[in-house]
Amino acid sequence: MSARTEEPELPSNGLGYQPRIPSPKPLGYTSTPGPDTLEIRLEFGGGLHLLFSQQPRHTIHVPRHVPSSSPPKPSDMRYLIRWLKGNLLSEREEMFGEGDGVRPGILVLINDADWELEGELEYELRDRDEVVFISTLHGG
Amino acid sequence: MPPTPCSLCHSARALVKRPKTGQQVCKDCFFEVFETEVHNTIVDGAGIFKRGERVAIGASGGKDSTVLAHVLCLLNQRYDYGLDLFLLSIDEGITGYRDDSLETVKQNQVEYGLPLKILSYEDLYGWTMDRIVAQVGKRNNCTFCGVFRRQALDRGAAQLSVDHIVTGHNADDIAETVLMNIMRGDVARLSRCTAVTTQSEDTIKRSKPFKYAYEKEIVMYAYFKKLTYFSTECIYAPDAYRGHARVFLKDLEAIRPSAIIDIIHSGESFVLEQSVQKGMKAMQTCLRCGYMSSNDLCKACALLQGLEAGLDRSALRQGQENNLTVPEGHRTIPKFERITSGASTPTTPIALESIEKPLKAIAM
Repeated sequence: MSARTEEPELPSNGLGYQPRIPSPKPLGYTSTPGPDTLEIRLEFGGGLHLLFSQQPRHTIHVPRHVPSSSPPKPSDMRYLIRWLKGNLLSEREEMFGEGDGVRPGILVLINDADWELEGELEYELRDRDEVVFISTLHGG
Repeated sequence: MPPTPCSLCHSARALVKRPKTGQQVCKDCFFEVFETEVHNTIVDGAGIFKRGERVAIGASGGKDSTVLAHVLCLLNQRYDYGLDLFLLSIDEGITGYRDDSLETVKQNQVEYGLPLKILSYEDLYGWTMDRIVAQVGKRNNCTFCGVFRRQALDRGAAQLSVDHIVTGHNADDIAETVLMNIMRGDVARLSRCTAVTTQSEDTIKRSKPFKYAYEKEIVMYAYFKKLTYFSTECIYAPDAYRGHARVFLKDLEAIRPSAIIDIIHSGESFVLEQSVQKGMKAMQTCLRCGYMSSNDLCKACALLQGLEAGLDRSALRQGQENNLTVPEGHRTIPKFERITSGASTPTTPIALESIEKPLKAIAM
């Protein structure tokens, strides 16, 4: 416990993880920013960060359009979740995704709004959107 | 999609879809309805609290108890319940799980200005969960933890001389428990698991002010209020029966959000016939430790006896029929004593957690 006094900050983010976790660092496998990509900020709460390299916050760049869709289909939440499973999820995929979506019991907020108000999987991503995933499946 | 206006104030942008009602509400209206519904649960009928009551909030550092502590402090002021609130935490002795979440409770202690009492399995039973799991294995260890926690909370409450324990059990938890009791055929528990308040003779009153609060709303509340809580999975619970009930319930909720409240309603509708009630064992006090029990030995004493005898999983079946003499050198649980002081202050000083360290941590 004594080692903690140097970093006394405790979780006050309303997401249930400890801020002692180092701040986000760029990840090699996110695609690079450019005119054809969207910058998306992600945050994982309720213990979900454990599935994403122990990192609660990530900034990623995803293609503006779903690759090889024709006519070009704007990237939506369905694509983002698929992208996360393929590129960012580090373990236990079944704890995060189910079918095209997320596992029941995981809450999703898009720019601080419940995604159920935003069209869920059909929501079309915009540059600099902030998406928060919070698991409610852990004990209280 | 264009922003949806709040269905209550019709002005601000809706940010939450309420699972119970389907209403789309803005942040401020969400806080308002969430808090008001908890208040309604509290004052419904005769009400769960009495003015001047000393009430301990069972605090784990998790989302439910953190939101409960926040909301109870707020409602106690807003509606002048006249309650004396405490935080009561149990340290099960699970390295890397409870030690972290207890730090969060210490933070809550400062934020809400409530006295905190921490009781450990180690002090009370002489066994940490780490040691118990080392002996009995990961299967069934939740039984030990559950029995020990329940009794530890009552003992902590007795030491604080409080009349009433409130816990953060939410609507999802209660629906899960209804399902589990049905699947186990546990008729006695089924009939009481949906009650907001339970009290049998000689036990400390227990209430669940979040009985009608959906987990989704508790998590949203904590998120929008940026409350301090700690979320992690108990490292010893992955195979617990409850986990399966939880996943099943979440699947149902995804199809029809009212499923949770519907299951609670079903649980409430089971009424035991008199003849069934008569067939159930009457409560007595444990001949060894004095805690309430339906047998000569309470469950905690029986489990502890099994552990002390070096039994593994069979400690669970360690009978009530074995004789009451304690083998030499075996650990027993201290006598359960309750100061039935009502609202008066206890005569013996209570050892509370010092607030200095967490305060210092915040100042840094």
